[in-house]
Formats: sequence, C-alpha cells, structure tokens
Amino acid sequence: MNWLKPSSVGFAVRTRLADIGEAARLFAQLVALAGTTFGRLRLVLDQVFFLGNRSLSIITVSGLFVGFVLALQGYYTLQRYGSAEAVGLLVALSLVRELGPVVTALLFAGRAGTSLTAEIGLMKAGEQLAAMEMMAVDPVKRVLAPRFWSGVIAMPLLAAVFSAVGILGGWLVAVPLIGIDAGSFWSQMQGGVDVWADVGNGVVKSVVFGFTVTFIALLQGYTCKPTPEGVSQATTRTVVMASLFVLALDFVLTAMMFSI
Amino acid sequence: MQKSRHDTWVGLFVLIGAAAILFLALKAGNLLSLNFDDTYAVTAKFDNIGGLKPRAAVKSAGVVVGRVEAIGFDDKSYQARVTLQLEKKFSFPKDSSAKILTSGLLGEQYLGLEPGAEEKNLVAGDNISQTQSAVVLENLISQFLYSKAADSGSAASPPPQGGAKK
Repeated sequence: MNWLKPSSVGFAVRTRLADIGEAARLFAQLVALAGTTFGRLRLVLDQVFFLGNRSLSIITVSGLFVGFVLALQGYYTLQRYGSAEAVGLLVALSLVRELGPVVTALLFAGRAGTSLTAEIGLMKAGEQLAAMEMMAVDPVKRVLAPRFWSGVIAMPLLAAVFSAVGILGGWLVAVPLIGIDAGSFWSQMQGGVDVWADVGNGVVKSVVFGFTVTFIALLQGYTCKPTPEGVSQATTRTVVMASLFVLALDFVLTAMMFSI
Repeated sequence: MQKSRHDTWVGLFVLIGAAAILFLALKAGNLLSLNFDDTYAVTAKFDNIGGLKPRAAVKSAGVVVGRVEAIGFDDKSYQARVTLQLEKKFSFPKDSSAKILTSGLLGEQYLGLEPGAEEKNLVAGDNISQTQSAVVLENLISQFLYSKAADSGSAASPPPQGGAKK
C-alpha cells in the first residue's frame, strides 16, 4: 500500500496542480500573444492552410454522410406521425446545434490535433525548440501561437461547412430520394431554426471547441517526454483528452444555451 | 509581405467557410424573413394564449403581417397581455379582432388578425379589444364529455320528478 502513504498522495496532488498551473499559464500566454501573432500573418496563413484546407475533405464527406443518415432515420420515425416534412427541421436543428460543432471538433482533433502534437513533440525531441531558445527565439511565440490561432480560426469555418453540407445531404435524401416536398422541407426548416439562438450558438460552440482542441493538442506536444515513446503517448492523449473535453463542454454549453 | 502559394487556397477556404455560415443563416435560419421594416406595437389581452410564443407570426388572411413581440401577464384582469409588432405598411381598422389559431393539427400557434369595419385605423399603443383565446384541447374534451353526460343524463332519467332512481 505504497500509494496510500500521505507523502505519495501529497506528491500526486502537487504534480497535478503544477500541471494545471502550467497549462493555464501557457493558455494565458497564447491568448495574450494574439496581437503579435496576427502581426505575422504569414505564419498563421500557412497553418490555416495546413489545419483548415487539408481537413476540408474529411469534414465535407463526413458532413454529407451524417446528413444522409439523419434524414433517413428522421424520416423513419417522423413518417409514423405523418409529419415527414419536419425531417428538414430535424436535420437542420441537430446539425446546427449539436452535431456540426461536436463531430467537427472530434474529427478536427483526429485530423489536425494529432499532427500538431506530433509535430511539436518531434521538434521538442529533436531539440529544435531548445535550439530556438538558444537563438533567443521564443518557441511559444514563433511555433505555438500561430498554430493555436489558426486552429481557432479554422475550426468554426469547418463546423459551418460541416453543417451546411450536412443539410444539403439531408435534402438530397429527403427530397429527390424519399420524395418529400421541397417547399415544405425548407419552410419547416426556416420556421424552426432561429438565426441567433440556433445558428449563432452553434458558431459560439465551434469557436469554444476550436480553442479547446487546438490548445490540448499544443499542450500535449509541448509537455510530452522528448522520446519517440513520449511523442506517441502524447498523440494518443491528444485525441482522448480533446474528445472527452469536447463532449463534456458540449453538455455544459448546451445546458447554458438551450435550457429554458 | 511576400505572397505564398498557400494564399489562394487559404482565401478559398475562408470563403467557403463564410459561404457555409451565410447558407446556414439565410437558407436554414431564414434571416431574410427577419423584418427590418418599420413596425408599430399593438397590445391584445387574451383569457388564454395556449402555446403562443414570442416571435410567432401574426397573420391576416394567411399572410404574415407582423410578429408577436412579448407575452406578459396582467395581474389586474388576470389575462395574458400580448404585444404585437405589426408592419407599418399594413394598417388595420380599430375594431379588428385577434384570435389564436393553430396551423395544422399539431402545428405551431399563430395569431390571426381579422379586420373590422371602422374607419379609423390602429395606431401604435392601441389595444385590440376583441380577442378569442386559444383552443385548449382539454377544455374542449371536458366540455364535450359534460355535454355528452348531460345528454345521456337527460335521456336516461326522464323527468326530475322521477326521483332518486339511481
């Protein structure tokens, strides 16, 4: 029962607290570096290309299929109550409010977050970050901040693309395939989706998830053990932690935004 | 700042994202139906508003002429006070009547405005005095049951002199 000794419990608590404190300091540093980062737009743009454009294909295809499935399943249930036209509303609301931001964030963590962690972790393992510090270049400023802010920019755009493509996918299944009237499909959707309460809150969610996923990816890379094993563990932890944080935060945000 | 080959693609990506947000706002959320036209506020009191919600449509002859802005409770008359925003370009007689209707069997509720015959028109701050409450299904059913019971009661037990037959 070595782990029950007061000293080991105290040590565990102290290291956790130190980790949290370090993470909070890095986060504050990255947020404070917003102005300097956008002053060097070249670095940000290259990262937006890497994180955003390169993720576009997986986001579009996933959005399309999520829209297909939502429309099929929604139709299956709704037609029992004779309100199959409401399938447009169902697809739009579930995409804009929940699935768009959440699934995009999960995919973004898998597609972009892992590569961020691996890149930074390898830079650390190869002592490139240490070399930068030797040259009086702050790696947080030069390497982390541009990646952080481009992730924050790319994520809401990707989520919007996901939702829009998903709605088009839902339309594709509902109108040409099942044969629901196109007019009532759109009018039900437009009657039920509120621009600010639904679309706006969805965008807010995706911005929050952009901060979360990108920050977790960078933190894992920056604090990983500088060994091949450490980098691989950090990459795994990025996906696990980012997914859990996104799902938990989504619940909190939904409770705050949509509860009456 | 020198150009890089990524510029075009990043620009394209941002444009696609912006187009997606625009699509969501316009096509799914129907931002265009939000009116930025001038409106005037009119109030109406109802005994029961049923499931009417703020931002519900106000229709006359089936055409949307305004929106429900706010719903409050008047503790003097114990009625619901509904504030409507009617579009300036439509004017209605002072004795118009308002009733709460339902689109379809299970659809959402909206406010129907039926024009009256008076010469003067409603102006901002006016009150629509003739109102008809929402149909509450439970009340309807209980009325129906009561009337059924009353019918069968009067049919089964002939005159009251018959006495305590039950």
